[in-house]
Amino acid sequence: MTENADRLSRRARETPPSGIRRFFELAEEMDDLVSLGVGEPDFSAPWAARAAAIDSLERGRTSYTANRGRRDLRERIAAHVTRYDLSYDPDDEILVSTGASEAVDLAMRALIDPGDAVAVPQPSYISYGPTVTFSGGEVVPVETHAENDFVLTYEDLERAGADEASILVLCYPNNPTGAVMTREELAEVAEFVREHDLFVLSDEIYAALRYEDEHVSIATLPGMRERTVVFNGFSKAYAMTGMRLGYALGPSEVIDAMNRIHQYTMLSAPTTAQFAAIEALDSCDGAVEEMRREFDRRRQFVISRFNEIGMDCFEAKGAFYVFPKCPPGWEDDEAFAEALIREERVALVPGRVFGDGGAGHLRVSYASSMGELKEALNRIESFVEDR
Amino acid sequence: MEAKRELLDLLLSDARQSTEDIARQLGVDAATVEKLVDELESEGAVRGYQAVVDWDSVDEEHVRAEVELNVELDRETGYEEIARRIAKFPEVSSLRLISGSYDFAVDVEGESMHDVSNFVSEQIAPIPEVTQTVTHFVMTTYKERGVYFGDGDDDDRLAVSP
Repeated sequence: MTENADRLSRRARETPPSGIRRFFELAEEMDDLVSLGVGEPDFSAPWAARAAAIDSLERGRTSYTANRGRRDLRERIAAHVTRYDLSYDPDDEILVSTGASEAVDLAMRALIDPGDAVAVPQPSYISYGPTVTFSGGEVVPVETHAENDFVLTYEDLERAGADEASILVLCYPNNPTGAVMTREELAEVAEFVREHDLFVLSDEIYAALRYEDEHVSIATLPGMRERTVVFNGFSKAYAMTGMRLGYALGPSEVIDAMNRIHQYTMLSAPTTAQFAAIEALDSCDGAVEEMRREFDRRRQFVISRFNEIGMDCFEAKGAFYVFPKCPPGWEDDEAFAEALIREERVALVPGRVFGDGGAGHLRVSYASSMGELKEALNRIESFVEDR
Repeated sequence: MEAKRELLDLLLSDARQSTEDIARQLGVDAATVEKLVDELESEGAVRGYQAVVDWDSVDEEHVRAEVELNVELDRETGYEEIARRIAKFPEVSSLRLISGSYDFAVDVEGESMHDVSNFVSEQIAPIPEVTQTVTHFVMTTYKERGVYFGDGDDDDRLAVSP
């Protein structure tokens, strides 16, 4: 067995295990665990979407689709994204992928040459860094700061030397912080991007989960459409994580390059999921709004409780995460999360897992029932008080 | 009205939540929640607070029946008057005038099937305006007032995921 370890590629050997792995293993051992470490909705996909998937199977629609995804789905996606003032041609500017994650990977591979620098704001979703590395690129971490509510600024980019990068990755509403960016804040970032001729990969998978105002895509800002690929999908808004269906919107030459890689690797996204997605876009706005309202109530509850407990929590306005600070006396988020799971059986994810910018914080998902949230917060409160 | 509607949703999902917890979810203070609850109660929008009970889990005899009731009205007697007579019985847990092939849907509860059928035949059927009763005994309840009575242990998501 050991000699096979030597056969592994350098990239495989050098890819560290995900930082959440250890907490997942700890959680696995626990009975009576309350987990706020889950990055997916606790709802099921709307029934109409599930029924469409079943119907497609009953009709025997189990073959590959066009590499770019079914044309009727791409048409609906084009119509759907007009709500964010985005306009893309279903023929050559949209690619349906196996989850938004695949689309991100395809874009990295289509745009990165070995040695290219890619600016990745931190804290950020755990897959961006490794996918940059898999493509031969080098990550330039750009720290965002709690005092700015984890919004990316022109100064953050400048300080990190992002002008040397060829690509900037954005994720707003943000996993893990729940931060959102306003049009004005994005305009500042867009200015930097244009000045230094960067290309933007904008992961907007949480666009529908924004609580106090409308989502703004950086691709709608002047001069940005031609230098941006936008990612979205059905996992978060429609609670269809297991269906693995996402999409990319972008300039035709980039989408075409991504499709070339896609046709040699995935061929096409899952057919059953594509039928579910068509129905989701046709008839499930009401279900999405119901979930959004429920998440909003939980969000306000969780933020309020953390602040009462003394774990400073800024007002996250998107996704389904909040990002409180460790309580006074705890500097090390991993130590806190580990002690909490061992002693109180509550799973949170240490902020450091999402990059150094997340150190001293914890990612808390409120995609759990109110009963579980109350129980978890009560246990956290008693843990903090006992110290 | 928006705040009251939100408050109603929260009370419907769990009326035992503390005022403070409701306030946190609505982003208002506890005094505001108390005021809204008072208003909803005095307006008659909120008529009471009850538990949703799965009687199969309680070690006690409990029988429920849904009774279809047909009535014949005359010049002096309307639906309201008949409803008032039927609603006063403690055995009647709900009473609705409905459209369709019968007039009233009545939920009747008792300790045994004998209790329930006696009640229907001795107290309801003899009401002069009642022309027909059809009694359906409830065999098993799977869902009650929005609450599913399954084991609830079907969350197979990973405990920690990206």
